[in-house]
Amino acid sequence: MQRPADIVDCDIHPAVRSMADLEPWLERRWIEHYKTYGALRQTHYVSGAPYHKSQPNASRRDAYPPEGGPQGSSPAFLSSHHLDANGITVGVLNPLVQSQGVRNLGHSAALCRAINHWQAEIWVAREPRLRASIVVPYEDPDVSADEIRHWAGDRRFVQVLLLSRSSSLPGNKRYWPIYQAAAEAGLPVGIHAFGNSGWPVSNVGWPSFYLEEMVGHAQTSQSGLVSLVLEGVFERWPTLKVVLVESGFTWAPSLLWRLDKAFDTLRSEVPHLKLRPSEYIRRNVWWTSQPMDEPENRRFLADMFDWLGWDRLLFSSDYPHWDFDDPTRVIMFPASEEQRQAFFAGNARAVYAL
Amino acid sequence: MRIDCDIHPFVPNTRALFPHLPPHWRDTSEIRGIDDLHSVNYPDASPLTVRAEWRPAAGRPATTAALVGAQALDAFGSDIGILNCLYGVQTLYSDDLAAAYASALNDWVRAEFLDRDPRFRASIVVSLENIGMAVAEIERCAADPRFVQVLLLAGTSHPIGKRLYWPLFEAAVNHRLPVALHAGSELRNAPTALGWPSYYLEDYVANAQTFQYQLTSLFTEGVFNRFPELKVVMLESGWTWLPPLLWRIAKYWGGLRMEIPWADRSPAEIVRDQVRFSLTPTDGPADPDRLRRVLDHIGSDEVLLFSTDYPHAQFAGAEVFPAGIDEALRDRIAAANPLATYPRLAESLGGTA
Amino acid sequence: MASHVVAATAEFPPGTRRVIEIDGRAVVVFNVKGEYFALLDKCPHNGGSLAAGVVTGLLQSAEPGCYSYAREGEIIRCPWHGWEFDIKTGRSFCSVIRARARAFPVHIEPGQTIVEGPYRAETVPVRVEDDYVVVDA
Repeated sequence: MQRPADIVDCDIHPAVRSMADLEPWLERRWIEHYKTYGALRQTHYVSGAPYHKSQPNASRRDAYPPEGGPQGSSPAFLSSHHLDANGITVGVLNPLVQSQGVRNLGHSAALCRAINHWQAEIWVAREPRLRASIVVPYEDPDVSADEIRHWAGDRRFVQVLLLSRSSSLPGNKRYWPIYQAAAEAGLPVGIHAFGNSGWPVSNVGWPSFYLEEMVGHAQTSQSGLVSLVLEGVFERWPTLKVVLVESGFTWAPSLLWRLDKAFDTLRSEVPHLKLRPSEYIRRNVWWTSQPMDEPENRRFLADMFDWLGWDRLLFSSDYPHWDFDDPTRVIMFPASEEQRQAFFAGNARAVYAL
Repeated sequence: MRIDCDIHPFVPNTRALFPHLPPHWRDTSEIRGIDDLHSVNYPDASPLTVRAEWRPAAGRPATTAALVGAQALDAFGSDIGILNCLYGVQTLYSDDLAAAYASALNDWVRAEFLDRDPRFRASIVVSLENIGMAVAEIERCAADPRFVQVLLLAGTSHPIGKRLYWPLFEAAVNHRLPVALHAGSELRNAPTALGWPSYYLEDYVANAQTFQYQLTSLFTEGVFNRFPELKVVMLESGWTWLPPLLWRIAKYWGGLRMEIPWADRSPAEIVRDQVRFSLTPTDGPADPDRLRRVLDHIGSDEVLLFSTDYPHAQFAGAEVFPAGIDEALRDRIAAANPLATYPRLAESLGGTA
Repeated sequence: MASHVVAATAEFPPGTRRVIEIDGRAVVVFNVKGEYFALLDKCPHNGGSLAAGVVTGLLQSAEPGCYSYAREGEIIRCPWHGWEFDIKTGRSFCSVIRARARAFPVHIEPGQTIVEGPYRAETVPVRVEDDYVVVDA
């Protein structure tokens, strides 16, 4: 496929060379705290992931910056190796740097604030094609709301970033201050796959393999989306935009059919909902595309786009991660020029007000 | 020929099982007030648990062979019905108490249903709290050819493909019993991977995620490689989620083959060969053309098995099949596919499958 | 089809790889235990550079829990999605992967023959007394 002229990449991961990169924006006490205790989350290893990734830092082996450091840690190299090479006109940063889900809530808040400064000053200030996400310590929703209000109105930041594996289901009332602040600021809430919820990564316990963790993000995101709808988040904030990032999307048509069907039978349990679940989702939810499924018959994917709506899907590459999608290899089935334009840029420009 | 592969007889209360419990457990139940084991997987009064016209004025539905024969078989023109009793014996924590109640339940189904109407077959209910005892229960019940499958709740303590469960698959294969996973959970884990939701509606919808995790586990752990004769049946699972799950597994398998070098067939081939799904509920689109597209994505006419899910409320009226499933496929789903899935059933009907 | 000189065998030891440009396409040449093999430096999946991948062995399994690890140094993993290919043939070992990495014939030529032509060795100085790795592409 020919590369489109305008590509908004809705999922790019900047990395720190080391946590010392954040020190300019951290109080001495948190610098010392990190050196002594680390950033404890609801998981076991001091370094590395509970399910070991397929490659170091879960990233492309050809994405190490020439000056050293992990993949995604060099602004200059990210610009040339990804933005230039893949023709990205605008890129949304989603930092997955240790901060969200840190158990010490004060530490979590301090790290999130530092990461937001680091994005603004190290990345966006130097590269006009990039935009930042407000990283919030979501297990402390009131402090998260303060963090959103702190950056609201700063056009370098285009969304609020949550992770999918939160300690409670995302529609739970305790998280509502986050949605309130996002709605006030007019910012979409991006929910990116991963995190450490403290619960097993499946509802049948801990599976054996990283492959299962990766596949399982799709199921966990289904539960998260159902929670947002059924708790009434979109009833309470009708204009709130939620973007599910790196969660997969081909599961959505089936989930919506199931959810509507069960809702029709059990709606007396959720009288606060005025619309059918799929109507809220159709109004309030978007998905990023990576990792794009690769059925043998790629036309099956066209069905998924048609059923969800071409206005719901946003291109993302996940650079520099190993399961990166190349923009010229994601739409391998017939699509109109208008559909491509919406998918690669138009939808994202509308959702993120770019 | 029409075979209904998912019918739920209801146990009125534990007292109904007392005749089938050893005296010690019967008295224990009396003394300690173990009155009922009906699980929150299907709250009694929930509109989904019982279709309105099948709800009796008092007590539970579907408690007698005569009632189930009339409402589930006669009303839908079914010739045979497979009984999957969902009474919550799987959630007991004591190995011995759980095993005693599982045995009592199987004997109750035999005495109250199988012995009273020759059209019924049943699944062997086991607790997974102790795998050795589950295997022993399979061995005990398998002597009766009217038991045609092993029944588990889909929501297990550990992913179902893990090797700790393999003795159960081995016993099932030895007796030519498919292993069924039915919607519902032992609730050793929260209903979702993000904890306990607020609403039953979320619990119920999450069953589809449970099946997705479990199918992934069965694939990655190599259960179908180790037991090529095994059939796994997903009951009340929904099935429109299947194609996207298989695409996603295949995609990650391409890069993570090193984790599971025993995997030889693609997930889609394995499903075609060894996994089956009950028809109801069809969590499908309103537009029958879209449902036909979903069937194209599945790419096999062998995987669906006819079911009403009686007495659960999954559809209105007497037409079980959704629009979009054509006549020829309906016939396969109603007879050929169940007969190919349940060899013990086929034999009892004089077939050779 | 033309023959392209990659390097002198003495400067291309076992376990190493080199990338050469042939008519605008990158080709990666591997020395596997003294034998040379060439693949188009573009993963047939999404085009990742195989030259940037890790060389491993071939992991196989007769049944779950059994692992046999053989042919060390003969398998290349794409640096992006981790798809594995047999360096000797370009074949994949995963049944959902039908694509192959494109392989090119490689042989060794004495410097004397190369000097006589017709070989393309623009970037490699050729001495008659040495042997050279040559890719036909």
